[in-house]
Amino acid sequence: MFNEPHPDEVRIISRRFGLPNSASIDTYLAHEGYVALMKAIEMSPEQIIDELKISNLRGRGGAGFPTGLKWSFIPRDNPKPKYVVVNADESEPGTCKDRLLIQNDPHQLIEGCIIAARTIGCKKGYIYIRGEYRYLIDIMDKALAEAYAHGYLGKNIKGSGLDFDLYTHTGAGAYECGEESALLESLEGKRGVPRIRPPFPAVSGLYTSPTVLNNVETFCAVPAVLRMGGQAYADIGTPKNGGTRMLCVSGHVNRPGVYEVPLGFPMQKMIYDVCGGILNGKQLKGVIPGGSSSPVLKADECDFPMDYDNYARMKTMAGSGGMMVMDENTDIVKVALRTMRFYAHESCGWCIPCREGTSWLRKILTRMDEGTGRRADIDLIHELAKNMLGRTFCPLGDAAAMPTIGFIEKFREEFEARLRETTMIATTPDQLISIS
Amino acid sequence: MTFTPDTEKKLQDIWSRYPEGRKRSAVIPMLMYAQDELGLVTSELVAEVAQRCEVTPLQVEEVVGYYSMLNKQRMGKHHVQVCTNIACLLMGGEALWQHATKRLGIGHKQVTADGLISLEEVECAGACSWAPCVVDGYEYHHHVTIEKLDQLIDSIQKVH
Repeated sequence: MFNEPHPDEVRIISRRFGLPNSASIDTYLAHEGYVALMKAIEMSPEQIIDELKISNLRGRGGAGFPTGLKWSFIPRDNPKPKYVVVNADESEPGTCKDRLLIQNDPHQLIEGCIIAARTIGCKKGYIYIRGEYRYLIDIMDKALAEAYAHGYLGKNIKGSGLDFDLYTHTGAGAYECGEESALLESLEGKRGVPRIRPPFPAVSGLYTSPTVLNNVETFCAVPAVLRMGGQAYADIGTPKNGGTRMLCVSGHVNRPGVYEVPLGFPMQKMIYDVCGGILNGKQLKGVIPGGSSSPVLKADECDFPMDYDNYARMKTMAGSGGMMVMDENTDIVKVALRTMRFYAHESCGWCIPCREGTSWLRKILTRMDEGTGRRADIDLIHELAKNMLGRTFCPLGDAAAMPTIGFIEKFREEFEARLRETTMIATTPDQLISIS
Repeated sequence: MTFTPDTEKKLQDIWSRYPEGRKRSAVIPMLMYAQDELGLVTSELVAEVAQRCEVTPLQVEEVVGYYSMLNKQRMGKHHVQVCTNIACLLMGGEALWQHATKRLGIGHKQVTADGLISLEEVECAGACSWAPCVVDGYEYHHHVTIEKLDQLIDSIQKVH
């Protein structure tokens, strides 16, 4: 645990955080661990999917796609082997929740994976963990060994006739591999470049086999849904937005941290109550609400119930839950430039609008930041970013363009001020001297 | 190529995780764990991994060229990574990066003359709520200040 829990939290998937030895199977079993799995073994795949659909659980990785629906797309009569893949490549700037979920409660993730395997009839699964999180791979490997020793993984799990093997797989440093199709390429031992879709992973994923691929947090919520019942889980959130989610708050607040709150939790309350307000008593300038890919919100827009639909209504997105709070002194041009440097570095180079767009935007934003920008640059940035939208295989191009458009549209005056600040005043030239 | 018994065991364990005919999947994990022992990815290692995973050396090379954690140059004994992405930037990550480069006299992906420390300005390391962060090898340091960074560098230099 890195931050103190707050009374306004509703702790469902983080409920075991802070218990002594919370990562061990003994602690997990003592706190309703693997109860949902035993329930799932008694249920038919259709019943599990129905329960997930009732729960209104939506993907916690970024896109917010309904999980039950995603799992129902797996063609179970397909003779190919099926796979479960966990996306633990957490690398969206602003996001640090999957790290806590694996560190504090690895068995919850394992249980979610086994339930997924039970649902789709699969025998092998992989947890793709980003390379930087080596210590988490060690924690996960230890937890997997415990689960094997207790008969929750391997052959004939708890006498159910179900066989399932689960392994960790390390990444090697690439943001792009957090995108589902690039992750699958990477898991197959190739460069992490995206695949064109359709077919979606549910039909043709890992090794061209049907694959369930979800974020860590989504898998972690599955045992809770089965344990509580789909309706009880759905009731915690707002309509069509079931349950809780982990919000990672960073930047200029007094109590940054990862907090589990119900979907629909008010953003004002999050910033001022849970996180203790803005650092040093300053004013709020804006919030990047769901990781660096989500368009920025101005201070006066930061008052709405945080669920997927309301983020969309605010023309931004829930994303991965990484809220970055910026105080009145934050230099938006610098933030825009740093964001673009990130995307230019991480663009895999496969699609031209993204590869060229990000590197040109980085160059133009650099000269803006250095004070050598031209007035026309502001519109050029806007235009260039708009032209990237929807023109790439994967969402990285959009992810780079959307926040940039947001920065320009909402904080145009800051870009203009950058021009004025550096207006050169021509000095009177020295008198010419004549050499006789 | 021979590795220490621990690494060899790890490599074989990794290899066994993937289905028959899909051993290419082991390329990246094998490179990562072998690099930990060797300090870099050598052409000998590329050939070894290619042979074990039943792919061509070129298929391994293209992977090495893509992933930022696979290095063909030897990094320092301590690879110190400073995050300057947005959350860390807001909390002073850029000042940490400037301080580290000035103090050590090296830049991005460069190594000190004694081979002890290398620096890298990295993208989001996933410690946003505990920013700014510095990662030494695989070890995370949170809420880093210039003083704490100095202490970290001092402690590295003292041990060696």
